[in-house]
Amino acid sequence: MPLGTYKEALSARSTEKKILDVSQDGGIVSALLCYALDEGIIEGAVVAGTPDDDWRPVPTVVTSADEVIAAAGTKYSMSPTLSALKAATRQYGLEKVGVVATPCQTQGLRKAQAYPFARFVADKIKLIIGIYCMENFPMASLDTFATAKLGFDSLQDATKMDIGKGKFWLTKDGEDSGLAIKETHGYEQAGCNICQDYVCEWADVSTGSVGSPDGWSTVLTRTDDGDSIFKGAVAAGLIETKPMDDVKPGLPLLEKLAKGKKDKNTAERERRAKMGVKIPAIY
Amino acid sequence: MFDKLKKAFGGSEEPKAPKVEEKVEAAPVETKAPAEEPKAASAKPRIGYIHLSGCTGDAMSLTENYDILSTVLTDMVDIVYGQTLVDLWEMPEMDLCLIEGSVCLQDEHSVHELLEAREKSGLIAAFGSCAITGCFTTFARGGQQAQPKHESFLPINALVKVDLALPGCPVAPEMIAKAVVALCEGDLDYLKPAMDWAACDKGCGCDVLTNIIRQGLCTGCGTCALACPTRAMGFSEGRPSCDRDRCIKCGSCYMMCPRSWLPESRIKKETGL
Repeated sequence: MPLGTYKEALSARSTEKKILDVSQDGGIVSALLCYALDEGIIEGAVVAGTPDDDWRPVPTVVTSADEVIAAAGTKYSMSPTLSALKAATRQYGLEKVGVVATPCQTQGLRKAQAYPFARFVADKIKLIIGIYCMENFPMASLDTFATAKLGFDSLQDATKMDIGKGKFWLTKDGEDSGLAIKETHGYEQAGCNICQDYVCEWADVSTGSVGSPDGWSTVLTRTDDGDSIFKGAVAAGLIETKPMDDVKPGLPLLEKLAKGKKDKNTAERERRAKMGVKIPAIY
Repeated sequence: MFDKLKKAFGGSEEPKAPKVEEKVEAAPVETKAPAEEPKAASAKPRIGYIHLSGCTGDAMSLTENYDILSTVLTDMVDIVYGQTLVDLWEMPEMDLCLIEGSVCLQDEHSVHELLEAREKSGLIAAFGSCAITGCFTTFARGGQQAQPKHESFLPINALVKVDLALPGCPVAPEMIAKAVVALCEGDLDYLKPAMDWAACDKGCGCDVLTNIIRQGLCTGCGTCALACPTRAMGFSEGRPSCDRDRCIKCGSCYMMCPRSWLPESRIKKETGL
């Protein structure tokens, strides 16, 4: 199953204008965080923010809807988000924490729960919102896309960054410039090349743009907790949904991309193993 | 169950590097349990606790498991040896001996106790990072009161074969609880990583550099920083950067990294995914 275990697949969108104005796609991550905060399911969350608006992600602890919205939007460079869990549980003293995590971060979280080496941190994780992730770029790669490949003076001039429809997009002065995905190959970080998870298979609920129309997100609810939180947000009117079968391009595209990542990176694992260099030990 | 464990441990005990001298080994398992059937139903695993050079943090972590401790102590195991725990001078035979702290070579008593434990215990668990890597006792250099000569503090596997290891500074209470439950239930799959750590060869932020980053495996997820008890792990260009003045060589960062090893089947079991 290229999409991992899931209960329900839906196309969804936040109903809040405040969220949709700043969100990457359907604003599902922000809507779920706001709902979980409101309901007391979590007391705060660790997310990737960009406090300096320079596209450099900074792990951030958020404890209010305003802070969630200020951190909205996808960042395409590495954010050691889990490092902020320490601050969330120690300085902030949060007992119930949400995390917005990529697949590799979700693996770290689940490992920390299965083998809790860090004292009283993993037991505070109450919600893992997973985001689909094909690969992640060092800041220097993003700079190269902006300046050398798209002719920007600086990456800072971009007001929006997105990947979709086969292109890497930067928006400047309301105008979108696209770079073929092929042009970005070879600029991703090496660690991504052995990752076999595109749709965050171990999250409580996963979401991302692929499969749904513009402005909507594809949601996969996975655990009981993830399912009930998502359903709760829908029931509260914070999220509207459509069946996946009613939208284009739908699940087949998501499955195709997920399988593509698995196949390609499984081959890379095998290649590295054959060379005799280290790959993660699987228990 | 403990016999099953011993057999499992016996399987992968060969040390890779040749040792100068034969290490003291446990008595052969078979002589202790000739019959297939374990001892009488009343015989609970006999556990010892030896405190060498460490801060008592690991023992404190153990006792922090208030919710399961009484059940464990009453129904599941017998604590048969341990300073402050049992009023006994002579070390008895044990099924499992937990050893906290590194061993000071200049402390005759510690060396003796460690060697004796290896002879008298079926299994030796390096309990906490001091026993596994030396952890912060690595930085000792002697010259202190009341024993100025005490200066070299070694991981216990420098003197005896270790069967399983639980890292942490201190070992986290939840980790102890899960390991104890696995041990009592004979859940070898859960303990398999702990058996492999018995090699005691991973112990600081440098391991993240040489075995993860340098191998092209790091994704900058931040798990190592979450694990670090001293906040020695900072980040630069999406990669962990260990502040060696803060690193106490506990090895938690490398152990926690999802790219060093990944307990896939356990995660699937726990999450149902």
